[in-house]
Amino acid sequence: MSHATGSSYLKGGILPHMWCSGCGIGIVLAALLRAFEELGYEKNNTVLVTGIGCTGKSDDYLVTNALHVTHGRALTFATGIKAFNPALNVVVLMGDGDSVTIGGNHFIHSARRNIDLTAIVVNNFNYGMTGGQVSGTTPFDHFTTTTSWGNPERGFDICELAMAAGANYVARATTYHGFEMQANFREALQKKGFSVVEAFSPCPTHYGKHNDMKAAVQMLRWLKEKALPLDSYNQLAPHERQGFFPIGKLREGNAPDFNSCYEEMRRRALDNDHE
Amino acid sequence: MTREIKLLQGNQAIAAGAIYAGARFYAGYPITPSSEIAEECARLLPRLGGVFMQMEDEIASMGAIVGASLAGAKAFTATSGPGFSLMQENLGMAIMGEVPCVVVNVQRSGPSTGLATKPAQADIMQIRWGRHGDQCLISLTPSTVAECFAFTVLAFNLAERYRVPVILAPDEVVAHMRESVALPLPGEIPVIDRKKPSGPPADYLPFAPDEDGIAPLPAFGSPYVFHVSSSMHGPDGYSNNNPANAARKVAQLHTKLERHKKDIVQTALFDCEDADILLIATGIVARSCREAARRLRKQGHKTGVLQIITLWPFPEEEIIRLGGRAKKILVAEMNYSGQLAGEVRKLLGCGREVIRVNKFNGEIITPAEIIGAL
Repeated sequence: MSHATGSSYLKGGILPHMWCSGCGIGIVLAALLRAFEELGYEKNNTVLVTGIGCTGKSDDYLVTNALHVTHGRALTFATGIKAFNPALNVVVLMGDGDSVTIGGNHFIHSARRNIDLTAIVVNNFNYGMTGGQVSGTTPFDHFTTTTSWGNPERGFDICELAMAAGANYVARATTYHGFEMQANFREALQKKGFSVVEAFSPCPTHYGKHNDMKAAVQMLRWLKEKALPLDSYNQLAPHERQGFFPIGKLREGNAPDFNSCYEEMRRRALDNDHE
Repeated sequence: MTREIKLLQGNQAIAAGAIYAGARFYAGYPITPSSEIAEECARLLPRLGGVFMQMEDEIASMGAIVGASLAGAKAFTATSGPGFSLMQENLGMAIMGEVPCVVVNVQRSGPSTGLATKPAQADIMQIRWGRHGDQCLISLTPSTVAECFAFTVLAFNLAERYRVPVILAPDEVVAHMRESVALPLPGEIPVIDRKKPSGPPADYLPFAPDEDGIAPLPAFGSPYVFHVSSSMHGPDGYSNNNPANAARKVAQLHTKLERHKKDIVQTALFDCEDADILLIATGIVARSCREAARRLRKQGHKTGVLQIITLWPFPEEEIIRLGGRAKKILVAEMNYSGQLAGEVRKLLGCGREVIRVNKFNGEIITPAEIIGAL
């Protein structure tokens, strides 16, 4: 059996892509398109929604339906699409700025609402597009062009945030673990309700440069060495976890999604004859 | 079938008009004095197979209606001052992406959170220029509850016809007052749906205008696969930074409305043809003007009222035509800065005297105040 390539979703003649060498976004996009192919997604029934930033440029490479919108607001547009037409596969591809920094409010409310969207978050820990400024996920004390003396703030844990806010499916992947990431994407796409897959992704050009990982290979080594399967991570004592992070599926729930609940409510409204 | 007569609040009439026009998606965030529109939609839309969503803020509300519109819905939201400010970002997206939608901005008194329950007409320039970049849209202002209904239908028709957001901007008085309305029967007011593509799906370009300047728009999920973008894009919807393309796109956003001004721009004229005194106003103040004109006529002063219905594009032709021959021109509006008066002066020349009546304390302008200013 041949492996999925995802190439049927790619716009011809547009490669090479615009991302820097060593960037992980291409790996994430490739894994996503392979997952589309494995699930038999049709171009006309699929809508990719993107915002602003390096990751937000992804829609330019695809031949599915796409909606490219303002910074941080991709989830709100996606919500409108999915709420009106539940039959569509609506996938939201965002960076860490889009999803949990400028768009943090929409992220937690999409999770709370449990709307059946698949949110893919490419987390490269900084604002790459604008030259490498601090983001809501830049770790404490790390260096960026706007944290010249170290980040005085803590970074968000996107997965913890998604789980606390009620997402039905939450996984973390890295661009070193491409096939595992593809499997997480597949699961997330199939899961009813709000699904989040966070993909740790190297940005050697801006983030790595300021944090002793100037070469792409150093960033990949970091992802390889510090990522642990959830079981292994959980076996570590809290003080041993420093610097490590769990990958793979972190949460799977079965809370009914927004559209199912809405449909149920609509039935009640129709059954009610008092007006 | 006879028309049903109903005692309706302006906001209720707006919700009813939206449903009449075919609106089946509402996303919004509660804010005085617009909340009754949300409450009506929450009650009515689910029973019509539609969707009502209360979003986390007005930014999300605006995003959701654009998304729903691209999924095929006639979609709208309602808000007021502070919420309207929050919507500007994604309103710009709707303009750039040429997405039909309707935004109701019930004008209340500002600045900032201001006098939340009091009327104003101070968003006239924000409606026109509130977003960054060079863009335009359509805006309508009702002055009666019946107009709240009719202009909401018109707002959807214009949005669908021209692939543009339309701002319906009643002042708080019009939105909250109650009047008897003879509700139009189904079919009585034409309802326009957006033009859909008909050629082979492979040839479809979402931003390639037809002869009339407007490109057809399918829904996501149809055989027509398409891209919509807030960033500069070519006829295919994909990013395109070519200067010639950018110039074409920005001009297209303007010319698609400019060339149809005759179809878009509306005023209501009351005794204007022989008028020596021309009173210009919009919303509830237009009604104060009509009463003032009635009293002035009784006193022997030939007075007419030009009620601005289409706030944007501004009714230039009528104002030049009638303003040019009136001896006295008065513009009454509920703001300090003379937002309407400034536009009128722009048209008639700065040497021409325009009497201004401005009130900005949260109270409406009375007929006596208008007469007193002449």
